[in-house]
Amino acid sequence: MTKREFVNYLSEKYPQITRKDMELVVNTILDAMIEAFEREERIDIRDFGNFVVKRRRPRKARNPRTGAEVDLPERRKVHFKVGKGLFRMLNEK
Amino acid sequence: MTKAELVKILNEKIGFSKKECQELVDLVFETMKEVLVKEGRLKLSGFGIFEVRHKKPRRGRNPQTNESMTISERRVLVFRTSPLLKKRLNESVSQR
Repeated sequence: MTKREFVNYLSEKYPQITRKDMELVVNTILDAMIEAFEREERIDIRDFGNFVVKRRRPRKARNPRTGAEVDLPERRKVHFKVGKGLFRMLNEK
Repeated sequence: MTKAELVKILNEKIGFSKKECQELVDLVFETMKEVLVKEGRLKLSGFGIFEVRHKKPRRGRNPQTNESMTISERRVLVFRTSPLLKKRLNESVSQR
């Protein structure tokens, strides 16, 4: 399912607000989460999962094709771990 | 950051009532779960992709007792950061 389909589906489930407002709600939530990632703040959504931003230290790597050494700068990566509630939902028969 | 903080931000930014924002934040995450259980994939452009993967049973080991055991078949959820977000997070890796 894409974001557009997701917003449409939410809109069917919650007709009290317009589809346009629902889109704004989803974008506002996702933007707030992205801003938390930028602050390297973890996000805990109970029964859904946790997002943790980790730093990867800078290192040297090689271009596997040419063998040339390249510098990889320090990078940040988002890690997600599924929460208990959702894990159970995914695994119950 | 927790759901309570998301509710507060939503209330401040779009001005719907606290109660309504609470309902909406719950609705969004509950619906994400529902979609993932039913369809196994949710793509939120600019944010990332959530995808359910099947893991076969495999031999593992309890690291505390060193006993070997079988890790049962299971479904796991993986999240892949969107290239856009990856870029955004790495343009300004500097101060902490």
